[in-house]
Amino acid sequence: MNKSITIDAHGLPFVKLNREIKRAIAEGVTHISLLNVNGQRYIGDGLRGKLRITINGIPGNDLAAFMNGPEIVVYGNAQDCIANTMKKGRIIIHGNVGDLLGYAMRGGEVFVKGNVGYRAGIHMKACDKQIPVIVVGGTAADFFGEYMAGGIIILLGLNRQHNEPIAGDYTGTGMHGGIIYLRAEVPKEHLGKEVQIMKIEQQDKAILKKYIKKFAQEFGFDPDKILEAEFTKLLPMGKRPYGQKYAY
Amino acid sequence: MLMKSMLISEFIIERNLDRCIVCRACERQCGFDAHQYDPEDDVMVSIDENCVGCQRCSYICPTNAITIRRNPTEFQPHAQWDANTIHNIMKQAETGGMLLAGMGNDRPYPIYWDHLLLNASQVTNPSIDPLREPMELRTYLGRKPDRVEIEETDGKPRLKTKLYPLVEIETPILFAAMSYGALSYNVCRSLAQAAQEFGTLFNTGEGGLHEKLYQYGDHAIVQVASGRFGVDEEYLNTGAIIEIKIGQGAKPGIGGHLPGEKVLADIARTHIYSIEDLRQLIFALKEATDYRKPISVKIAAVHNVASIASGIVHAGADIVAIDGFRGATGAAPVVIRNNVGLPIELALAAVDQRLRDEGVRNNVSLIVSGSIRNSADVIKAIALGADAVYIGTAALIAIGCHLCQKCHTGKCSWGIATQDPYKTRRVNPEIATRRLVNLLQAWSREITDTLGGMGINSIESLKGNRLHLRGVGLNQVELDILGVKHAGESL
Repeated sequence: MNKSITIDAHGLPFVKLNREIKRAIAEGVTHISLLNVNGQRYIGDGLRGKLRITINGIPGNDLAAFMNGPEIVVYGNAQDCIANTMKKGRIIIHGNVGDLLGYAMRGGEVFVKGNVGYRAGIHMKACDKQIPVIVVGGTAADFFGEYMAGGIIILLGLNRQHNEPIAGDYTGTGMHGGIIYLRAEVPKEHLGKEVQIMKIEQQDKAILKKYIKKFAQEFGFDPDKILEAEFTKLLPMGKRPYGQKYAY
Repeated sequence: MLMKSMLISEFIIERNLDRCIVCRACERQCGFDAHQYDPEDDVMVSIDENCVGCQRCSYICPTNAITIRRNPTEFQPHAQWDANTIHNIMKQAETGGMLLAGMGNDRPYPIYWDHLLLNASQVTNPSIDPLREPMELRTYLGRKPDRVEIEETDGKPRLKTKLYPLVEIETPILFAAMSYGALSYNVCRSLAQAAQEFGTLFNTGEGGLHEKLYQYGDHAIVQVASGRFGVDEEYLNTGAIIEIKIGQGAKPGIGGHLPGEKVLADIARTHIYSIEDLRQLIFALKEATDYRKPISVKIAAVHNVASIASGIVHAGADIVAIDGFRGATGAAPVVIRNNVGLPIELALAAVDQRLRDEGVRNNVSLIVSGSIRNSADVIKAIALGADAVYIGTAALIAIGCHLCQKCHTGKCSWGIATQDPYKTRRVNPEIATRRLVNLLQAWSREITDTLGGMGINSIESLKGNRLHLRGVGLNQVELDILGVKHAGESL
């Protein structure tokens, strides 16, 4: 049985709002709809299990930090550090997000319709079958995929103006694992010195198709049209970018 | 381009050939290939330049045929350019790399513990016999309330004040943060088991908690560092305390330097930029664990440590852990290990005083680390204001570490700082646990006896009680920072 509840977050400090959410979960609620969210932090923080939270408004920093399972849909923009160290779950954001999206994310999926700020995908990591995935519909600011250790980031740049770069400077700086796909050509001077541009191969096409289909379904795009464009793949040069720095 | 190395061996392997039975145990045991077998002449050969001086071979040799000595070859004596300095320049000229080392700062800086003396009772106040009287070393870590209110219901007193989450330990000594990854599984298991057995805590370090060690969660401090290795919701909820690692004394301001896939320099710079950021992380962790666990923040002792600690307290931490500049590590650039930071004694005194001045000392427990060598250091640390201490190097020495400082190579012949399964078996977890428990017991007994002599029956009464300390051979600035009078000065 799916039990639903609506919580009006207007004027509620984050401690109270999150306590309400946890109380509802303890009572067996599986679908929580939040109204008038206005910057409250830590929504979904550390939550586990089967649960769906829809957020109307703008959630604050650390949305879904350490989250382990639930699905969160945001009808609006979101702030910094979304999906911080998230292990499992899905986040769908119908807007733009701030900095540090997916910091140290270790599993689950994040779909962003709009743009992402600085250092998105920073230090994402993968382990065995646990592969975190971020798909961004718009553009990214500097240090996209910084220190990335694993997982997949797909940047689509669908809303780009003519000649507008898809990502800022220093993309993939310090990257030593994982894959970044960009739906555009990127000039080498925009990349960190630890990454290299690789050709798209058959297995890449399968990955792109799988996640772009999901993205398109969430936001009402035509996946085939998105997939028509040329993609660029970025991989790290080596697993030990700083191996030569030391004398043993 | 090939060049002949100008490095001179640091050690000489002396092999008594009358005793050597060519069993080749030394060859198998050495992680650095300093012993090799010559099949043509059926003799063991020493490769002195590979020797790190860890003494594993001489310990294992069944006929006591091996002695390791420092190489007596002397450079021209020079007060400015000593052998160590020359050696390092040679190494860098040959590799172009930053020097790396394991363990703590090995340079001869002043050790303030050795300039502090404890008090004892004579005539005017009685000492306490710990064999006869109950003595209390039990310590509670976490935030304490400003005041405690008691109400009476049905004639029975009841605590009205709601307490913050506290963690009880039986002795004010904890095992310091040492990761699985830097150390072998057997060592981590021994630390966990010893902590459980004695009623104290071990610290996972930033490498996560091995799945088989989750059963020791009630005795674990789980670390969260910027690299977030092994951090998830289950890990956070398993530990007794969560510790945010901002820095460590051996390498303030920089990140991990372990070999292989863990070489991720600069990771430590990725996240925390301000007290606001720290507050955000503290509350992200509190929210994730329903405010049920104390949150610790560990920093390296650096110049403005008192202001930084104050900021951490105001950011909502329940424990501040401060690691002095002698704190050890699995790997650090030598330039940083040997030159950055502050002695823990001065940092502790400065922080405790600052928090008292602000009236927030009870908001946090203070844990200090970085060169706690014996029970006297523990007692002095508590008298200077610490709630408890972390021991890392001392715990590893108890297990068998001989301080060769080569942890960063991952080749540890004692099976401690390595993942090589052939070597990790050398630490028997049952024996290592026993040795660690013995060390905790010995120090705790010494603390109890010393307290008794001071006329104190509870460690709580010693906390921050600097009147029980006197400085010896210290100048006025040092005395002022430590907040102690000079030996010979009365009240």
